[in-house]
Amino acid sequence: MATRLKPVDVVTVGVGWAGSILGKELAQAGLKVVGLERGDNRTQADFALPQTHDQYKYDRQLELFEQTSRSTLTFRNDYREVARPMRRHGPFPWGQGVGGAGFHWAGWTWRHHPWDFKTKKMTTERYGANAIPADATIQDWPMTYEELEPSYDKFEYTCGISGTAGNIQGTIRPGGNPFEGARTRDFPNPPLTRSYVETLFTKAATDLGYHPFPVPAAQMSRPYTNPDGITMGACLYCGYCMNYPCEVAAKATPQTAVLPAAFKTGNYELRSHAAVQRINVSGNRATSVTYVDAHGREFEQPADIILLTAFTWSNTHLLLLSGLGKPYDPATGTGVVGKNYAWHAGLPYVPMQFDKEVITNPFMGAGALCTSIADLQGDNFDHAGLGFVGGAIIQILAMGWGPLTFQPTPPGTPTWGSAWKKSVAYYYNRSAQIVGLHDHLSYRGNYLSLDPTYRDYWGNPLLRLTYDFGPNERKLSQYLTGIGEKVARAMGASHYGSYGLGEHFDAGVPYGIIHQVGGAMTGSDPTKSVVNRYLQSWDAHNVFVVGASAFPQISSFNPTGTVGALAYWTAGAIKDRYLRKPGPLV
Amino acid sequence: MIDRREFLAVLATAVAALGTREAIAGSPHAQRDVLPVADLGSLQKAYTFFNPTEAEFIEAAIARLIPNDDLGQGALEADVSYFIDRLMTSEYGSGARFYNQGPFGDTTRYQGYQLPLTPPEVYRAGIAATNRYCEEKHGKRFAQLDAGAQDEVLNALQSIGLEKVPGATFFGQLLSDTKDGFFSDPVYGGNRDMIGWKLVGFPGVAANYATTIGKNEPYDVAPVDLGALRARVPVDEHGHPIHQNAAAGVIRPTTAPVPSPSDRQTADAAHTKTTFFV
Repeated sequence: MATRLKPVDVVTVGVGWAGSILGKELAQAGLKVVGLERGDNRTQADFALPQTHDQYKYDRQLELFEQTSRSTLTFRNDYREVARPMRRHGPFPWGQGVGGAGFHWAGWTWRHHPWDFKTKKMTTERYGANAIPADATIQDWPMTYEELEPSYDKFEYTCGISGTAGNIQGTIRPGGNPFEGARTRDFPNPPLTRSYVETLFTKAATDLGYHPFPVPAAQMSRPYTNPDGITMGACLYCGYCMNYPCEVAAKATPQTAVLPAAFKTGNYELRSHAAVQRINVSGNRATSVTYVDAHGREFEQPADIILLTAFTWSNTHLLLLSGLGKPYDPATGTGVVGKNYAWHAGLPYVPMQFDKEVITNPFMGAGALCTSIADLQGDNFDHAGLGFVGGAIIQILAMGWGPLTFQPTPPGTPTWGSAWKKSVAYYYNRSAQIVGLHDHLSYRGNYLSLDPTYRDYWGNPLLRLTYDFGPNERKLSQYLTGIGEKVARAMGASHYGSYGLGEHFDAGVPYGIIHQVGGAMTGSDPTKSVVNRYLQSWDAHNVFVVGASAFPQISSFNPTGTVGALAYWTAGAIKDRYLRKPGPLV
Repeated sequence: MIDRREFLAVLATAVAALGTREAIAGSPHAQRDVLPVADLGSLQKAYTFFNPTEAEFIEAAIARLIPNDDLGQGALEADVSYFIDRLMTSEYGSGARFYNQGPFGDTTRYQGYQLPLTPPEVYRAGIAATNRYCEEKHGKRFAQLDAGAQDEVLNALQSIGLEKVPGATFFGQLLSDTKDGFFSDPVYGGNRDMIGWKLVGFPGVAANYATTIGKNEPYDVAPVDLGALRARVPVDEHGHPIHQNAAAGVIRPTTAPVPSPSDRQTADAAHTKTTFFV
C-alpha cells in the first residue's frame, strides 16, 4: 500500500538536463518542485582526486552508468524475432543517477541546423518525394530553428559553452561553422586550446576545401560564472572527461551548472533512489506518480504538473507502463507511443597511425576537444544521384584516452603476443581517430514496446527495442567512410582502418554512441505524435514529456544541445501560458 | 580502493595459501622462484578464486598473450594473474552487475552475449576444457606445453567449440582481462610497477596539460598511480601531480614495427588501409 505524500506543484521524473533545468526554472518561478531520480546522487565532494583519475573504475566498470541487472532492454532486429535482453552493455552503456546522461557526457553541445527541423519538406522539395524511402516515418518538427534559438542560447549560457560562432545574426564568421543557423550572439566562452591532431586535421580539411571548426564544448576554456551565478573552473585538458566526473568542475553538468540554482530558491527538493513505477491518470489529467524507494517502500506523490524528464527510453517506458497514449503497432502503423525510434550511429570510424614526426599524446584532451566539418551535413551538399538522404558531421577526436580503452595498432596487426605488444608500444602515442555522426531516418519497423517475457529489478516488463539500419543509413555510411579515408590520407596517416555500418545492427558490437531518440515524438497531428510543439501530452494536458524522446528522427548532431533547448522551451511555455490557463496549449 | 575488511580477507587467504604452497611442493607451481618479501608491498600475492591447476593455466596463458620479451616484462611479471583472480570475486568481475535472468532461448547472431555463464563460470569451464583439449592433442596440460605449442592452442581457441563455452568467448574474456590487468591502475592488483604504462608512455594520474595540449612533442614522464599520489609525489594547487621526467631505462620501440610500404607505386597505396563493416 503506497504512502500518500503531501501534494506539490511540480514533479520531475528524472533529474538529468531536462529535469534539472525545468526544476530550476519552475522553482525560480515560485513553484514547489520535487525531482525524483531513480539512481543515486553524487556531488562535487565525491569527485576529488585521486579517485577520479581511475580508468578501470570509470571506463571499464562504468561507474556512472546503469547496471543491466537493474534495468536493461530486450533487443531484436525485426518484429518477427524473439527479443533477448541486452545482458551486458553490448552496443552502448546508458547513464543513471542525478545528472543522467548530462553527467557522463563528453560535452559536445550542438544546435540542430535549420534543415534538421524540416528534413521531409526540404528533401521532398529539392529531390522529390521518392527520395525518401517508402517505409521511412520521418516527420518535420512542429517548431522551427528560429523559434528555438532563444532556448539554445539560454542553454549555452547556462553551460558556458566554449566555441567559435560561425553565424551571428546572418554574418558568417571565420573559423566557425558556416553552415549553422544564425545565432543571436557569440558563445559565452572562446574555444578550447586545440590539440595537435586537430591542427593536422584542420590543415588537411582546409586543403580539401572543407570548413573545419571547433566542436562547441561544455568544458570551460576559462573560469566562468553563468547567469544563475554558478561558477565553473577552467579545463585542465586532463583527458579524464567523457564517462568521468570533473574534479575542478570544468565540465557543465546538471550538478555543476543548474542544480545549485534550483536549491538556492528553497523551492526545490531532490529525492534520489526514487524509482517511478507509474503515472496515475484520471481523465485528461495525471494526478500523481507512484515510486519505490531504496528500501522497497511505495509512495504516491500527487502533483499539479508532472514532467517526464528521464532518458529517452525511460520516458517511453513510463508512458507504456502507465497506459498514457496509444502504443504504436507496426503491423497497422497506428498508435504513437514507442514510434519513430532512432539511434545516432557513430560511424564511419577511421582510426589512423603515423610512422614518424607525429606525437599525439592521446591521454591529453577533453570530452569535446574535437574539430569538425559540417560540409557534408544534412543537405549542405548536392545529393543528386547519391541515393540517400542526409549526411554527417565528421571530426577528429582529442577526447583523452588512457591505454585501457585505446590500444591502437595498424590493420592486420595480431591482437596479442610480442607483435601486438610492440605495435601498441609504438603507436599508442602516434595515433588519431576520425569519427562521423550521421542522420538516421525513422522507419515503420523500428520502435519501442513492452517485452512480454523479461522483467526489470522492480518487476516491470523490460522495454523492448526492435531496430535495424535502413538502406539509407547503409548507403550514407559507405559514402562517408570514403570521406573519412580521404581526410586520413590528407593528414599523412601511414596506416588507417575504416569502419562503416554493416548489414545489421549488432547488440554484441561496442559501437559506443548512446544517443537514442524518439518514442514520444513531437508533432502537430495527435495521430502521428505523442506530444505537441510544447512537448505537452496530447492525452493528459498536465504531463509534459521532455527530452530526446521528442525527436521525430535523429539528425547528425549529438542530441544534448537540443534537449537543453527543449527544456528551456517547455519551461517558458509552462511559465508564460500553462500556469495562467491550465489546459491544452495547442 | 581497498578497504580494511578486504585487506584483512586477502591477508588471511594469503597466509592460508602459503601453507598450501608447501603442501603441493613438487608441482610445477611450487618450483617457481618465490619473490622476496620486499617486493610484495603491503599485500601478499595469493589466489583466492583460482585453484592451483587454474592458476597454473592463467599464469602460462597470460605469459603468451603479453610476453616478457625484448621490450621488457609482460603480463605475468605485471601480476595480471592476481588482477584476474581478484576480478573473479569483485562485484563487477563476477558478473553481479549484469542481467542474468532467464529464459536463455535461441538467439540470432545479433543479440549480444546470451550465455547463462558468469565470467567466473566462463573461466572455470574454459580452463578445464582447454586443458582437456591439450591432453587429448598433446598428452599434457596447457602449462606443460612449450611456448610454440601454447600459441597454437591459443590461436585454435578462437575458432573451436569447447564443452559448455565457445572457445572464442573464453579466449575473448581472457585476452580482454589480461589487457585490462596490464593497463589498469596498480591498485587493482596488476600493472605492477606500472609496467604497462611505462611500455606505452602513459602518465597515469594527469597533471594540468593546459600548456602542453597543442604540442607535437613527446611527454615522457614517470607515471603516477593512485597510491603514489597519496604519498610520494609533489602536487599542484588542485591536487594534480607535478610530473617528473621519466627515469632512464624504459624500453620503447623507436622505429615503426611494420615496414613502411615504400615499395608501393601509387599514391593511394602509400597507406596501409583496411575497410571493415561492423
